[in-house]
Amino acid sequence: MSIDLKTIKHISKLARISVDEQRAEKLAGDLNSIFDFIEKLNELKTDNVEPLTSIAETTLKLRSDEVKSKNIREQIIKNSPQDNEDYFVVPKVIE
Amino acid sequence: MSDITKQSLTELVENIKNKKLSSTDVTKAFIDRSEKSVELNAYITNDFTSALDKAKKFDQKPNLDLKLPGIPMAVKDLFCTKDIKTTAGSKILNNFVPTYESTVTENIWNEGAILLGKLNCDEFAMGSSNETSFFGNVQSPIDKNLVPGGSSGGSASAVAGQLTPVTIGTDTGGSIRQPASFTGIVGLKPTYGSCSRYGIVAFASSLDQAGPMAQNVKDCALLHEVISSYDPKDSTSIEFKRNHYSKELTNNIKGKKIGIPKEYRVDGMPKEIEDLWQKGIQYIKDCGAETIDISLPNTSYALPTYYIVAPAEASSNLARYDGVKYGFRAKGENLIDMYEKTRSEGFGAEVQRRIMIGTYVLSSGYYDAYYLKAQKVRKLIKNDFDEAYKKVDAILTPSTPSSAFKIGEKTNDPVSMYLNDIFTVPVNLAGLPGISIPAGHDSKGYPLGLQIIGKAFDEQNILNIAYAMEEKINFKNKITDWWIK
Repeated sequence: MSIDLKTIKHISKLARISVDEQRAEKLAGDLNSIFDFIEKLNELKTDNVEPLTSIAETTLKLRSDEVKSKNIREQIIKNSPQDNEDYFVVPKVIE
Repeated sequence: MSDITKQSLTELVENIKNKKLSSTDVTKAFIDRSEKSVELNAYITNDFTSALDKAKKFDQKPNLDLKLPGIPMAVKDLFCTKDIKTTAGSKILNNFVPTYESTVTENIWNEGAILLGKLNCDEFAMGSSNETSFFGNVQSPIDKNLVPGGSSGGSASAVAGQLTPVTIGTDTGGSIRQPASFTGIVGLKPTYGSCSRYGIVAFASSLDQAGPMAQNVKDCALLHEVISSYDPKDSTSIEFKRNHYSKELTNNIKGKKIGIPKEYRVDGMPKEIEDLWQKGIQYIKDCGAETIDISLPNTSYALPTYYIVAPAEASSNLARYDGVKYGFRAKGENLIDMYEKTRSEGFGAEVQRRIMIGTYVLSSGYYDAYYLKAQKVRKLIKNDFDEAYKKVDAILTPSTPSSAFKIGEKTNDPVSMYLNDIFTVPVNLAGLPGISIPAGHDSKGYPLGLQIIGKAFDEQNILNIAYAMEEKINFKNKITDWWIK
């Protein structure tokens, strides 16, 4: 199989990473060589194999639904990129 | 004492407990050496001033019952440290100052250790040479322009170069064991669920584990017993009886059965690696243990499986970096444009490559062919180990298929870079513990490591085997201090 530029553009849109033409071509080359290597898995028959979905064979523990972090608004906002008051500020989304 | 930085963690702890050294003496010594070692580029952020303050405070009222009393320690910059910048080696987190502490670092400070600073690593721990870091290459203390390995490259360089007595790294596909092997030190990747992942910048959540890196096996055991804990804040943290690994350490491994998997004899592997492995087998026998030939038939599928599973998880974990809540933000014409530019400018080439792979294998129409397939093969790989452990107590392999390479040697060929992790990746896929110990040098004088893989939760056993072998190997790391003017 081969990953073409159109596919690269599609994935980059899904991944929300803008990619220019030059970068797209480089990525197509890289991804093709990586997928050539990954294709090796097709040698294996896995029809009757159960997928491994969790490596830790434990069931998740239940806990009571309690609020443990209180009054941490300031901490949460602290690292956001713009000077916010009580909100995260983003570019305008509604015209 | 000019030779403080040459002492092992165990010796330093003893000397502080016997009041032969103060925490201030020790902290000063490591700060001095770190300051002379800027050329290694092992640190991203240092915290030397407050480290010295903390050491002085410790000495005023020393609590000598702690396991790491007043011991200074630098850690990989993937662990969130409260009020200290944490970058994960990325531009996108260049201004991120956590408001909370990771559980493993919390455990370390609770036992009396003092933060020296944050160590360089591949961006988001994605790399095998520390060359993907936004903060530049790390030099190996072994030789100029040699990579220290990765992703915990700054950690390996700092321990081998004696900038810190011990450190912690993280290992998703070999990121502790491969750099340990490249720099002649010991590195342990614990069983999945042994160390909490809370507060560690996530790469691939079903594979990531924190672990100790040290000059010797005993130090490694001591640090491991400090960091390993059950943590309700990590839903995959596992409750099991944790040992006093350093106290229970023994070199008596008589009668143990050690498996030698034939599939690890890969095409094109240098003869030096094969010779090292054979030497390792002899050491095992000299210790009174037995070696048994075993088969792990699906080994060659581990790396392709990893390069589906890890990028898939990474693409989802890294979706959080959107320029809104924290980290770098690029200017955009609208919200979507801002997201796309932020991620394009904020992530480096390797991280973007992996996000793209991950997004592709999870995308509609390809999920079954790639991701589901990989999960099935992962099951087969785990079954291989389960089957082997019916016959043996542990498995011995080389840590890496070659010694360290030069900076720039593999950067243009992602697949050849990925092949570095061929012996370490299966261990992460199966969630097992693995330790790399230095076992010899190649013809260039570069260190080579051997890996001991254990059953899940059987860290004590692999530490014991490593301890027994260490005594026989009697490895001496060749550190020339080439970078100190």
